[in-house]
Amino acid sequence: MRHIISILMENESGALSRVAGLFSARGYNIESLTVAPTEDPSLSRMTIVTTGSEEIIEQITKQLNKLIDVVKLIDLSEGEHIERELMMIKLKAVGPDRDEIKRLADIFRGRIIDVTASTYTVELTGPGDKLNAFIKAVDGGSIMEVVRTGVSGIARGERSLGL
Amino acid sequence: MIRRFRLPLTGSGGNVELSGGEILVQFLKDEGVEFVFGYPGGAVLHIYDALYGQDEIKHILVRHEQAATHAADGYARATGKTGVVLVTSGPGATNAVTGIATAYMDSIPMVVITGQVPLPVIGSDAFQEVDSVGITRPCVKHNFLVKDVRDLAETLKKAFYVASTGRPGPVVVDIPKDITDPKVRIPYTYPKTVAMRSYNPVVKGHPVQIKRAIDLLLGARRPMIYSGGGVVLSGAAEELTALTRRLGAPITNTLMGLGAYPGTDSQFLGMLGMHGTYEANMAMHECDVLLAVGARFDDRVTGKLEQFCPTAKIIHIDIDPASISKTVKVDVPIVGDVKTVLQDMLKILEKEDARLDEVALKKWWEQIEQWRATDCLAYDRDSELIKPQFVIEKLYEVTRGDLYLTSDVGQHQMFAAQFFKFDQPRRWINSGGLGTMGFGLPAAMGVQLAYPDQKVACVTGEASIQMCIQELSTAMQYHLPIKIVNLNNRYMGMVRQWQEFFYEKRYSMSYMDALPDFVKLAEAYGHVGMRIEKPADVEGALREAFELKDRLVFLDFITDQTENVYPMIEAGKGHHEMHLSNRELA
Ligand SMILES: Cc1cc2nc3c(=O)[nH]c(=O)nc-3n(C[C@H](O)[C@H](O)[C@H](O)COP(=O)(O)OP(=O)(O)OC[C@H]3O[C@@H](n4cnc5c(N)ncnc54)[C@H](O)[C@@H]3O)c2cc1C
Ligand SMILES: Cc1ncc(C[n+]2csc(CCOP(=O)(O)OP(=O)(O)O)c2C)c(N)n1
Ligand SMILES: [Mg+2]
Repeated sequence: MRHIISILMENESGALSRVAGLFSARGYNIESLTVAPTEDPSLSRMTIVTTGSEEIIEQITKQLNKLIDVVKLIDLSEGEHIERELMMIKLKAVGPDRDEIKRLADIFRGRIIDVTASTYTVELTGPGDKLNAFIKAVDGGSIMEVVRTGVSGIARGERSLGL
Repeated sequence: MIRRFRLPLTGSGGNVELSGGEILVQFLKDEGVEFVFGYPGGAVLHIYDALYGQDEIKHILVRHEQAATHAADGYARATGKTGVVLVTSGPGATNAVTGIATAYMDSIPMVVITGQVPLPVIGSDAFQEVDSVGITRPCVKHNFLVKDVRDLAETLKKAFYVASTGRPGPVVVDIPKDITDPKVRIPYTYPKTVAMRSYNPVVKGHPVQIKRAIDLLLGARRPMIYSGGGVVLSGAAEELTALTRRLGAPITNTLMGLGAYPGTDSQFLGMLGMHGTYEANMAMHECDVLLAVGARFDDRVTGKLEQFCPTAKIIHIDIDPASISKTVKVDVPIVGDVKTVLQDMLKILEKEDARLDEVALKKWWEQIEQWRATDCLAYDRDSELIKPQFVIEKLYEVTRGDLYLTSDVGQHQMFAAQFFKFDQPRRWINSGGLGTMGFGLPAAMGVQLAYPDQKVACVTGEASIQMCIQELSTAMQYHLPIKIVNLNNRYMGMVRQWQEFFYEKRYSMSYMDALPDFVKLAEAYGHVGMRIEKPADVEGALREAFELKDRLVFLDFITDQTENVYPMIEAGKGHHEMHLSNRELA
């Protein structure tokens, strides 16, 4: 099962490697990992997308909680939540493709953020599967470059991860 | 580039200005540290200069940094206090890693101070630079790199706090050389308290869970208690003993838990697991309620997971939530400190004046006595060769059990665990989780320093002892009258045993040619050496050795080369599938 674990941690140098090291040392999967400071510069917020059986996920959350730098964490997948990922995708856009790409970008509510005579760069935000769908929709041959940030997530409603 | 600045004196005028090196030394004094086990080098010279000419902190100069960590570890295991190590950067730190990992696996409180190259050159492959924080990250509870001398005292306080609370463990504090610069002086006050928003170990068990545990226990017809190192770490031997007696249930200890329940008591079934007793393992297999206390369901203990306690409901008390349901799913988890939780359980039992079903319990004990009658630890007492088990039995007799016994790793370790009866916690000191050969002698040094008037022995093998043999020199320097009991079978016995069983006796590299003459070796270091070759001489030699109260004695017992450790459960088999000597039993 796919889980999104959201972590509030001390914004210390080395904190990221503790998390990354934990995953590699114990053989857990990481699909994506994003991290940045919060409104309180002493805290970082990290989102990890991982997969594993219920037992593995339980161990992952326990082991993460055990890290001294981890202040709090929640498994977002246990409740309603929103996940977003940003993608920038550079596409060859010549001839009739130019219109086609523009139309596709509109359908997916993407924005064209850079243009040359032969390329378009499209910015797209959404849940991971929406980005996947866009990649699938464009002609594979025209993709020059894909840059994705990895998933960030937040719980819906009152539920929040704070001090 | 060396930073040369003086920080202004702040606020409270009474404060003295100290350099980083002096702050470290003063902090250790304020923290009540007695011994620092260490070895000097470039990156820690400022610190060694600050240690010079004072005698409140006793610095023990080892002969190899690995030994510094094991000695601090032995000290910590025997006393319950945090062991302290000081080593230099680069090779000093890497030599310490084995000992740090050893302490980590067995949850031993330790603070290791490593020197580092000066901050401005970190990352430039400077002389004796290694990323100590990176190298030790997977085998510490936490580690720190000090980047500002103003953070030093607080960081050290956090290190001691983290190391010794919750599930204990080693903490590394990496200190760049410029942080201890004698020219940079700042005001120092001892940070008495520490608060960390990200670290708050749970101590008190949840009352609802405790109640559920008690109900389950009271309904048991075939109860069993399985307790481990957590009871020793928590200082809960008394509570465990009270609860066990109160319930009238059988109890087994892991290798790490020996001594937490009196080894001579009739409710004690001996150690469990791979080399555990027949009665302990069978009782695990047949019990209907299992109370696991401060034990972590290690694979040497559980054997094949699918066959672990197949008919039991399991209660598990542990301070580390990650230990609970890690390998074996439990029915009633209780997160908390063993001592506190057991006290709460005892209170409820007293109040309710509740007892187990007497008839069922009697039947259960009858069954256990039948298993016990197998006498699974029997060995050939008429042998003309010295049997290792015999030496341990005599060691127990001669000392009447009043001994701190450290061990190395191998067959001798298992024989000691099986044949020495530990009635008190913190008396049996060995590397269980990492299984580090070379642990025994330096650990014994730490114990002897903590308790100069107590008897301390180290049981070892001719292979293990050579991994830290250089410490005979340290033991001489500090007059540590340790008794080394070398069960010399001229084999890496534990390896040979596996090769005999699982590799058709192809003894690949488990035999060491050119063993030293241990008697002469001991003498070369200034100690007393004895070689014992006949069973009849074993007891006399031990008595003589312990009468030499102020000398280290190296007792080289030439033992039966082919002796194996029984019972044995092969890796991946169930508790009921034990080998008992060469007879099979299932
Ligand atoms: C050659 C060899 C053979 C071995 N054979 C065996 C064998 O036959 N049988 C055997 O038992 N072992 C054997 N071992 C040892 C084995 O590898 C493990 O080290 C051992 O079983 C672990 O013991 P434990 O479960 O008590 O855990 P420990 O490592 O002592 O862990 C302690 C547990 O208690 C918890 N804890 C710590 N403090 C507290 C507290 N205050 N309150 C509550 N909980 C706390 C910790 O979180 C942890 O879960 C062998 C080792 C070697 C080297
Ligand atoms: C540092 C280290 N290297 C290798 C091992 C693997 N090992 C476990 S027991 C053993 C043999 C120990 O021989 P000895 O000290 O003579 O003890 P015996 O088993 O003969 O009693 C070895 C090599 C280990 N535990 N530790
Ligand atoms: Mg040997």
